[in-house]
Amino acid sequence: MSEVKINKDTPASQMTPGGDIYDAGNAVNFKTGDWRSVKPVFLSDKCKQCGLCFPVCPDNAIPVKEDLKRTDFNYDYCKGCGVCAKVCPFGAIAMEEEGVK
Amino acid sequence: MGIRERLSGNEASAIAMKQINPDVVAAFPITPSTEIPQYFSTFVSNGDVDTEFVAVESEHSAMSACIGAEAAGGRAMTATSANGLSLMWEMIYVASSLRLPIVMSLVNRAVSGPLNIHNDHSDAMGIRDSGWIMLFSENNQEAYDNLIMAHRIAEHKDVRLPLAVCQDGFITSHSIENIELIEDEKVKEFVGTYKPEHYLLNRKEPIAIGPLDLQSYLFEHKYQQAEAMRAAKKVIADVSADFEKLTGRKYSFFEEYRLDDAEIAIVCMNSTAGTTKVVVDELREQGVKAGLLKVRVFRPFPAEEIAKALSHVKAVAVLDKSDSLNAAGGALFEDVTSGMYVNNVHVPTVNYVYGIGGRDTTAKDIHGVYSDLQEIVKSGKADNPYRYFGLRK
Repeated sequence: MSEVKINKDTPASQMTPGGDIYDAGNAVNFKTGDWRSVKPVFLSDKCKQCGLCFPVCPDNAIPVKEDLKRTDFNYDYCKGCGVCAKVCPFGAIAMEEEGVK
Repeated sequence: MGIRERLSGNEASAIAMKQINPDVVAAFPITPSTEIPQYFSTFVSNGDVDTEFVAVESEHSAMSACIGAEAAGGRAMTATSANGLSLMWEMIYVASSLRLPIVMSLVNRAVSGPLNIHNDHSDAMGIRDSGWIMLFSENNQEAYDNLIMAHRIAEHKDVRLPLAVCQDGFITSHSIENIELIEDEKVKEFVGTYKPEHYLLNRKEPIAIGPLDLQSYLFEHKYQQAEAMRAAKKVIADVSADFEKLTGRKYSFFEEYRLDDAEIAIVCMNSTAGTTKVVVDELREQGVKAGLLKVRVFRPFPAEEIAKALSHVKAVAVLDKSDSLNAAGGALFEDVTSGMYVNNVHVPTVNYVYGIGGRDTTAKDIHGVYSDLQEIVKSGKADNPYRYFGLRK
């Protein structure tokens, strides 16, 4: 794991050749949740903890605890694709327009 | 003390690849380079090499497979010509921008169209700005020697750029000439083992290669490539010096043939240099001070060194075996004259486009160029710098 942190002020002499990324999992440094225009809302009273939603999340925006129970969305990374809402058999994920309320 | 052999340029290149024994060769047959993967696949079948030979379905895939192999941490090679190189186009830039030191044997042929399978340099000139190191070879010996030196140059930590070794299709690739090969174990020792610092199959360091590179980053990454190309000059000189220690064969950025006291000079690349040397010798016997500058290292372009080497002559002809179709001269002419201008060398210089589509280049043609140069020296005028020879106008 490299210690180099590259940003838009980094000079060429300190950037990695070809833009190679030596920090595995560094996507966590880039909060992409503001791409979202539609927002999933977790309705915990309807959730049966069936475990179908979090494997289909294309990012890592549905945190799962050690007891394998999901918790509320991580909106820092959720882009509002709605796949989780489609896959939920119990209507425990509602999709709402961002910025309406 | 070397092994005396007689081989075509393609055979010599395939044998160089056998001695290098790369991890992966991915190639698709295309005239006139077809024999290289053909011979090489025989070496694979006979167990002479450890290489994984990937018989791909296109040249785009050939270059893609080489990129994958190099990114994984292996040493990859390929061979192609003309339209095959055209089909690689997208991946040619990916290879150099990802800084993967792939080595290609490029057997020069006219790029279609109309369809022609014979030699000129239009394929090579197409990739001259792609960030590949490009070495040109007068004959089978140089095609072989340049390949043996290629990995040391391309893989150097200050360089990390892909490299193409050019030779003239059919003229060199299919002509059998004497050659001195290096013993297998000496090649192995000279080329060495490839030890990339970062690579995909390293379990201890998971990395990502080829990320999205937008406005804030691409400029700097292109600058890094440009810096690597500048740094390649020293590495090429160092590796060539080591090669001379091994074989006694001296290689520079370019060869100066009877140039030091020459009054008129031709600049050219690949097999035409052989024809030109014969003519230079004939002219010297007649007391004409003719010389030759044969470019070996075309990328990086040794602009300053070439300008210096030509600074004392009275007239220069640059021969381009590819027409840039730009109303302003061929690629080599542009590079040579730009280098001369920037380095304040002002010698009357003319361009000849020649040999297109395999048109024969004879000693008589080259005599004609030197006669024109003598005329320029006498009159002090170089009318029409954009010329042709061997063409029916």
